[in-house]
Order: sequence, then structure tokens, then C-alpha cells
Amino acid sequence: MMMSLEANSHNLDKRIMTKSRIFMVLACISLAMVFLFPLWQITLDAPQFPGGLHLNIWVNKFSGSGKHIIQNINILNHYIGMQAIEPDSINELKYFPIIIYTMIGFGIIALLADKKYVYLGWFATMVALGVLGIYDFYLWLYDYGHNLDPKAPITVPGMVYMPPLFGEKWLLNFYAKSYPHIGSLFLGIAIAASFMSFLKCKKHSSEIDE
Amino acid sequence: MKLSTRIAVPILGLCLISACQKSGVDQVMTGDAANAVYVAPGEYDEIYAFMSGGYSGQVTVYGLPSGRLLREIPVFSKVAENGYGYSEETKAMFNTSYGEVPWDDSHHVELSQTKGEFDGRWLFINGNNTPRIARVDLSTFETVEILEIPDVAGLHCAPFITQNSEYLVSATRFSVPIPQKDVPIDSYKENFTGLINYVSIDAESGEMALDFQIEMPGFNYDLARNGKAKSHGWSFVTTYNSEQAHSLLEVNASQKDKDLLAIINWKKAEEYIAQGKFKERTTSYFHNVTNEATSIVESRKETKTRILTPSECPGMVYFIPVPKSPHGCDVSPSGEYIVGNGKLSADQTVFSFDKLMEAIANENFDDEIDGIPVINFEAGLDGIVEQPGLGPLHTEFDGKGNAYTTYFISSEVVKWDLKSKQVLDRQPTFYSPGHLVIPGGETTKPYGKYLVAMNKITKDRYLPTGPELAHSAQLFDISGDKMKLLLDFPTKGEPHYAQAIEASKIVSKVKKFYPIEENGHPYSAKNEKETRVERKGKEVHVYMTAIRSHLAPDNIEGFKVGDEVYFHLTNLEQDWDVPHGFAIQGANNAELLVMPGQTRTLKWKPQKPGVFAFYCTDFCSALHQEMSGYARVSAANSDIKLKWGLNDDELRSE
Repeated sequence: MMMSLEANSHNLDKRIMTKSRIFMVLACISLAMVFLFPLWQITLDAPQFPGGLHLNIWVNKFSGSGKHIIQNINILNHYIGMQAIEPDSINELKYFPIIIYTMIGFGIIALLADKKYVYLGWFATMVALGVLGIYDFYLWLYDYGHNLDPKAPITVPGMVYMPPLFGEKWLLNFYAKSYPHIGSLFLGIAIAASFMSFLKCKKHSSEIDE
Repeated sequence: MKLSTRIAVPILGLCLISACQKSGVDQVMTGDAANAVYVAPGEYDEIYAFMSGGYSGQVTVYGLPSGRLLREIPVFSKVAENGYGYSEETKAMFNTSYGEVPWDDSHHVELSQTKGEFDGRWLFINGNNTPRIARVDLSTFETVEILEIPDVAGLHCAPFITQNSEYLVSATRFSVPIPQKDVPIDSYKENFTGLINYVSIDAESGEMALDFQIEMPGFNYDLARNGKAKSHGWSFVTTYNSEQAHSLLEVNASQKDKDLLAIINWKKAEEYIAQGKFKERTTSYFHNVTNEATSIVESRKETKTRILTPSECPGMVYFIPVPKSPHGCDVSPSGEYIVGNGKLSADQTVFSFDKLMEAIANENFDDEIDGIPVINFEAGLDGIVEQPGLGPLHTEFDGKGNAYTTYFISSEVVKWDLKSKQVLDRQPTFYSPGHLVIPGGETTKPYGKYLVAMNKITKDRYLPTGPELAHSAQLFDISGDKMKLLLDFPTKGEPHYAQAIEASKIVSKVKKFYPIEENGHPYSAKNEKETRVERKGKEVHVYMTAIRSHLAPDNIEGFKVGDEVYFHLTNLEQDWDVPHGFAIQGANNAELLVMPGQTRTLKWKPQKPGVFAFYCTDFCSALHQEMSGYARVSAANSDIKLKWGLNDDELRSE
């Protein structure tokens, strides 16, 4: 009697705690981490800025070296005619968080459904969003780097100030470095985990691993 | 016999001066002194040394061991270079009962303490001429408060701090009639009185207040120290001119074999104050404090002081004789030894706190002066350092049982053992040291390691600069048995005393800029949209901002001859080391330096019609030279309206 009860609960656990579901929980938690860590970091190094100026790009905000990093970067940028970064007018910072919340919501639905094609759908959507996000980021960088005020105090013929999307580059007196930050790592884990959910999910979720 | 010794010692001293200059040089050449003081580019010094400026009225900050000058903090002298004392915000700092006194003679630096150790919060310094005590905030290195001390003359003996920064003790150098009155000078003995002052410090804000004053016989009060550890609660104040001479003091105040050390039980004084045993006297003094929210100095006129009289307050004040016109009196880190530096004596007198307490308990008194018991000299004496040099002035401690005393006349620093009173080492200084400082040397836990002698005579130490020379300081390594000369460096003004503190106690607290959101100045403009020009009759207020690399507004029209124009400049920067300056042609007062987040105001009276340029005086950026503007001034009867702006298309008008 006791034996069979234990066996039953064991089977029940196995049915609910499928590997695919565990991976999907991991995917959702990782995705939520983008609210705790920046996605990208651009560092500007110059001798008179000991330690460099760090600009951290989050899904919903900017941060970096000190509270006033945006003002301080804008002051530098205005000499070469770059537009001011105004977080309030960047719509992505408003709707990206909504997309993340939505994807976490879909993730929860996916793990409740525990269906192979639902996991695949979530994975594919995240990959597409990731690619679009990077493309959007590229467009912003391109715009900031190329769309210069013709009345700028300092104009260097032929010079553009687009920071690298990924990598390092000299921009006048600054050595700019641009790399993904911890938030992007979690984004990667989320995508990978959702793919694992897809792989581990049996066609018929009611089947129990033997 | 005695006379011949006294002549022989200075002559020997002179020989040492000439002989040892070479040996000093040799030491530097042959030893590793250069390495010991070398602070590599970009590295920080280990220690902050805060030196008084003497007649400069200011405080200078040096790094040790490099001897590099880091900053001069304006305190008692107006500084046109940044507008300190000239700007509308800071001019009230110089208010006194004598009106504006824009200079002083600053002598003794005291750092705030907690539990007998430096805590790196505030620095206090005295103004000798117009009796005042200033407080410098060590998070900004700015003077934030000046308190005048009433009814005293020459506040040389100030401002000595207690071990938890409860009080700053000070005393009058010159006794004078109190209250002031028109009397013959030769009525000194009847009419002249001394005062010892206790200024309390607010534990949170640091704000000072004159708590009470003790009426004392009409002597000259020279220097003081407070007890620490076991002697906490007591103050020790040296006197000279117990002869009560009023002319040719160099002779007439040097007649007695012994002068007196005043010993004050300030905890007892607090009890008498609590019991209401004080007299309230009407007087007049100013208290100038920076309002933290607005950063504007507010000046208050105070009219009351509380006086305690020793004859009515038994057990509060005692005297003990000290040989020959003592100068400094210094208390050892344990609080046990009180060193009296009799400046005209060849000996050094050391009292024991325990013995003094025992003598007081046993009423071992020889005499009484104005109701103040005079303790028997032998009863309080711990021992005498016999003939260590000539002209002892000041003593500091290394926390390892050693004392170091400067000898002005024999031009040397002498290291001696506190217990055995034996001389352990002597090194010449170049020349004639006044005070000396050991980092933490006044606290219960000296940091030791270095000693700086601040010399009164420079002569040939540096490249000559005409008749007027910088004073010199010498840095010694005192970590070994023998003191070792490491460095010789010129200083600003005339540093009297200095205090030195481990850099780590200050570095982390230093502000890099003023947060703009905390700027509560009534005339600030916190962004360019708030910039404007307003007329109130003849008064015109310009709400101006500065940010790299423009002033806003930079074109202003509608000023009239006879106006009083106030340029209120707010520095909008929020980064470290981006000050902006402001200067306008025809300013009869000063220029301004405005730190990031701060607002400072320059008053300008246009004198003739025309167009006058203004500009930023701090090379702030690549386009600093473009950071300028024009003020158009019209005739007094002109009807040109105020008009201002930053780009032609953005001109605004009243």
C-alpha cells in the first residue's frame, strides 16, 4: 500500500517536473534578469577620464560612471555635433520592457502547455526579437554617429562617430569599446534554455519517461 | 656658571647650524631619502598635512611624504581669485564686531577627534588678531563657519580640541579691560583681565557656540592642550607675563623664574554652569555660518556670554609654576605627562597627571592667586629633561613612549624618552623651528613615522627670491632609533602649527561636486530654461548658468548706468573638476570660481554706457576661450528694455 503511494507521487512529480518545463522556468528567470543587469556596455577611454566613461544600456534605462553619465557624455558629444541622448524620448526604453514582460507571460503559458511546438515558437520569437533588437541598436548607433549637426564646433572632414556595435575603435581622442554585458548573457541563456525545452519535450507530454 | 652655559649653548647652536647643513645634504645624497619621499606620478601621498598660514590667514594642505602643496584653503583672508569673501554668498564670513575684517593671522590647526583619534570631519583654526575661530568642512575643504570670541585680545591660544570634540579651548593672549574702557595703560594690574573660553561643537553639524568663559588674572595666556584618556575633562593652559608688565615685555615679562600653568577642570565648570553659577554679561560678537541648503553665509550678532569666576567656583581652576615663560604645553598620548616647554629655560619640565590629581586631593598648595590655588611645583612634577637644548617651544609624541621637542634657539629637534627623561637623539633643523607635527601626534594614537619641523628662518635653503623668502619645513623619518632628514620644502605664509592625518580618513569622504538637485540657492537657475534677467528698480538680477562651453544668457541688453547688477552664476556641471569662472570688465571687487552644482553671485556696478565683455576664467574645455558674452549698458535715462538670450533666435525680454 505504502509502496504504491510513493510510486504514484514519484510518477506525478515526473509528469509535472519534466525536463522541458525545468528548462523553460530557467528561460523565464534568465529573461527577467535583464531588469537587473545591463544588456550592453560602451566604454570611452581617454587620459583625462581615469577609469574610462562607462555607458550601460539596459532594457529600460541607461546607467554608467556616476548618476550624470548621460549629461557628461552629451557635453562631450555636442562639440562634434552628435545629438544629445535623451532617455525620455527613446521609445524603445518604454516598449522593450513590455515585450520582455509579454515574453515571460508567454513563457509561463508555454511551460503550462508543455508542448514541443509551443517551446519552439517561444524560442523562434526570442531569436527574432534578439536579432531585431541588435538591428535597432545598430540603427541608433548609426544615427548618433552619422547624423551630425553641420554647425558643430569641431568638424573633421569625413569623420563619423559611430561606436562599434561589437568591438573596439578610436573615435578622435576616445578609444571606444562596445560589448554585450551580463543582461545579454542571460538573454542568451534564456534562448538556449528554451531550445533545450524544445529538444527535451516529448511529442506527447503525457508520456512518462521510463 | 649658569650664565656661561646660556651663552655657550647658542654659540654651540650656531656652530651646529653651519656644520650640519652639510651633513643634512650628505644624508640626502647618500641615503635612500629620495626613495622615501618619492610618490610616483598618479600615486597618492600617505598623509594629509594641514598647515596654518600665519599672516596669510589661510590653511595650506600638503601631501606627505612628498611635501607637495595640494591646496590652499581660504579662511581668514579674502581671495579675489575665487571670490571668497567678495561674492554675495561669502562676504558675511568676515563680519565681526569691528565691521568687516578681511584678513587675520591664523596659527593653530586642530582636527576634530572622536575617542581621542582624528575622525577627518572638520578642521578648526584661530584668527589671532580679531579673535575668531573658523571651521573648515573636510568633505569640501571649504570654510563654512567663523565664530568671533568676545572680550579677548589676540586669540593666539586657540582652538584646542577635546578628545571627543566636545569643546575648543582658547584663551586671551593679551589681557585687556573687560568690558573695554578708557583707562591708563599703567593701571594694568587693577584693570586688565584674562579669559579662557570654551566653545562647544555640535556633534552632528559641527556648528560652534560660545558656551562659557572663565575670568582669569591679567596674565598673557599662550598655548593650551586638553587632557586625553585618563586626563580627559581637564585643560592645561600656559601663561607668561605673570609679572603683569605692560611695556618692554621682552625684559619685564621675563623676570620671574617661574610662570604658571593653568589647570582647568572643565567637567566641573559644566557642573557650575548647570547650577547657574555664572554671570551673564552683555557683549557683542558675530557668528557667521554657511547655510547648507543655500550655501549662503548667514551672519548673526550675538550679545550674551556666560562668565564663571574661579573664586566663586572652587575646584575648577588651579595653577602650578612652570620655569621661565612657557610656550607650548603638550599632553602625552596616555594623558599622563604634561610637558611644559619653558622657552627661556634650558630645561624641560614634565608634570604627571596622577601627581597633580594627588596634590589637588591633598590640597598641597603653596599660594593662591585671585582665589586660584597654586599647586606645589615639586608635588606635580614628574621630572625634568636636563639641558636638552635651548628655547624649547613645542612637543609632539610618536606613541612609542618618545617625545620630540623643537628648540628654537639651538635650531634642532630633540627626541627624548618620556619616562626616563633621557635625550635619545638630536637633529639640526634649518633654521629655528617653531612648531613640529607628527601625524596624529596630538591624539591618543599617534601614527608616528614622520615628523615635520616648521622653521621660522629660511636664509639659504632655496634659490633666493629677494628679501622675502618662503618659510621652510623639514620632513624627518622617525620610524627608527635616530631621526633621519628626508626632505626640505618651502611652505606658504608662515605655518605655525600643523596637524597631519592618514589620507584614508579623508579621501573617501571628499565630495566631487555639489548635487544640483540639492542646490537651494534662492537665485539659482538649475537648467538653461530657468535663466532670466529681472529688474527690481536699480537692482538687476541675472540668473545665469554655465556649462561647457557657454554661459546662458550670453547677450544681455538693458543695463543702465547706476544699476546694481547681480550675476548669479550656477554651474550646471555634475562631474568632478569642472569649475567655471566668471569675470566682467570693470568689476571692482573680484572674479568668481563656481564649483559644479554651486551658485555664486558677483555684484557689478556698470559705470558708463557701452558694451562690456564677460567670460569664464577657468580653462574648462576646448572651447573655453569661446565661453564669453556681452553686457550692453545704456545711459541712466535710457528706455531700452531688458533683453537676453543665448542664440540670436532665442532672445527673450522683460
